[in-house]
Amino acid sequence: MKEVVFVGLFIVSIAISLATLGILLGSIVVTALPYLRPAVLFNFPSFRSPDHAGYAAAIVGTLWVVGLTLLFSLPLGIAAGVYLEEYAPRNRITRFLQAGVSNLAGVPSVVFGLLGLAVFVRAFGLGTTVLAASLTLTILVFPYVVITAQEAVRAVPRSIREGALALGSTKWQAIRRQVLPAGAPGLLTASILAASRAMGETAPLIVISSIVQMQFLPYGPDSPFSVLPVQIFAYISLPGTAYQGVASAGIVILLALLLSFNFVAIVIRNRLQRRRW
Amino acid sequence: MATDGGTPSVRARLKGLLASLEPNYPWAVGETLVRTFLFLAAAFAILVTLAIALDLFVEAASFFSIVSPLEFYTGTRWSPDIARAFGVLPLIAGTLIIAGGACLIGLPLGLGAAIYLREYAPTRVRETVKPILEILAGIPTVVFGFFGLLAISPVLQDWFQADFFNGLTAIIVIGIMIVPLVSSLSEDALTAVPVDLRDGALALGATRFEGMSRVVVPGAFSGIVASFLLAFSRAVGETMVVLIIAGQNVNLQLNPLHSLQTMASFIARRATGDVSASDPALFGSLFAVGFTLFLMTLTLNVFSDRLRARFREVYE
Repeated sequence: MKEVVFVGLFIVSIAISLATLGILLGSIVVTALPYLRPAVLFNFPSFRSPDHAGYAAAIVGTLWVVGLTLLFSLPLGIAAGVYLEEYAPRNRITRFLQAGVSNLAGVPSVVFGLLGLAVFVRAFGLGTTVLAASLTLTILVFPYVVITAQEAVRAVPRSIREGALALGSTKWQAIRRQVLPAGAPGLLTASILAASRAMGETAPLIVISSIVQMQFLPYGPDSPFSVLPVQIFAYISLPGTAYQGVASAGIVILLALLLSFNFVAIVIRNRLQRRRW
Repeated sequence: MATDGGTPSVRARLKGLLASLEPNYPWAVGETLVRTFLFLAAAFAILVTLAIALDLFVEAASFFSIVSPLEFYTGTRWSPDIARAFGVLPLIAGTLIIAGGACLIGLPLGLGAAIYLREYAPTRVRETVKPILEILAGIPTVVFGFFGLLAISPVLQDWFQADFFNGLTAIIVIGIMIVPLVSSLSEDALTAVPVDLRDGALALGATRFEGMSRVVVPGAFSGIVASFLLAFSRAVGETMVVLIIAGQNVNLQLNPLHSLQTMASFIARRATGDVSASDPALFGSLFAVGFTLFLMTLTLNVFSDRLRARFREVYE
């Protein structure tokens, strides 16, 4: 009897999560419908008229910032993951490094924003630019890349490594030519994860002042920037319900971006996985 | 060298170290370079954590030269820009109420989901539910905040006479947000318990529920507690949901039906760019709060790691 009650409760737990997802997506799409027109993609932000408000600058800004973030964080994170998985001896220093990675993963995102503000914007003198934003997000995303890359490398069968070594390769040769290509699907997962996180981060970019009134497209690493989540937040914060539709439309764009990105990457990953063995 | 039976002398150790750095083969130089570079990449995380701690500490310290730490940590009014009141207790109270409340919702739901997925769910259900939970985990927090504003806050306003900006909406939304995290970490912990223990219980006549509740869950206990701590830490650091729906309260109040402010939401609210050195007290207060927040989450995470490590030791 007790078992039935508890199992029922467990099922309710799952049902609540699923229902929430459904209601969330449903209510947002419904609110967004009137505003899902090409104008919302191509217009610049406007706080005076919801019908004229758009996300052009924010979309381009997101692409810039996320692109640079991936450029910085993927090599660094994969390198760290390879070291921790392949080279690191089992000693206290390694445990310390590993703990450092997982502690960094647990730091709240606002704190990264503060770090970015103090170090990149002010101390490095970069100002509130795309570059400062990317560097901040790189640090934020780095631990996730490391952890996922470690898992990817760990998943490669030992026989691959040992076969290469037995045939006379050096350790690095074995890694570069055998282990990394074999682990490519997992590394791609790491990239997906990094990109998704970077795309959705709002708080640190607010702190570094993502601009929400931008009337031109960001033009480079040294340009002021505007990103999609912060733009959405700006519309949400406007009093009254007039801009809720615009905000919802922005969320739909953001989710569509995330979904398409993940989808493409998963397709590529499946193709890679099938090719191997 | 080792025949004398004692630990090698410092000199011998140094010699050994230098010898190990010398390349045996021509290509070993490249190998060492690669290894060093990769090591530095791994050390990057530690460097950054130290940089964060240092940076926050320095700015916070200069703030504490203007405002005394005593006033900061015991004051009950937080209005750094308008009223020059720097008591951080309202923020800490808000953080604990929202994070604690969210955990009251999210931890049982997450653990329940994990137990169900682990023990009772048919494969097809598992394969459908797990991706959905992952999707839930991947949705940006702004979206959740907006969802709270759109769907949950009006309900609370109607039924419970809550204010427009209230803490309870944030509690509910964050509670649901942490369910995927708790679920996947707890599931890992449950999976790590050797199957033989559970099977042994069943063989001795236990029901599935008894096997789960009396053998597996207690066996996974430290792993589950570690996941709880991590989820709490996540809730503590959550910014956007609170920023959107919980308001800007400046006085110490504990009722979640009214507006609450957390440390993280304060930082995001006030740091919107044009705050600069023009107002050193406000600017410094951001870092003082950030420093406090950082210490809190770091402590939680370190404890969580220790618990997980101890748990892994026991079963490996």
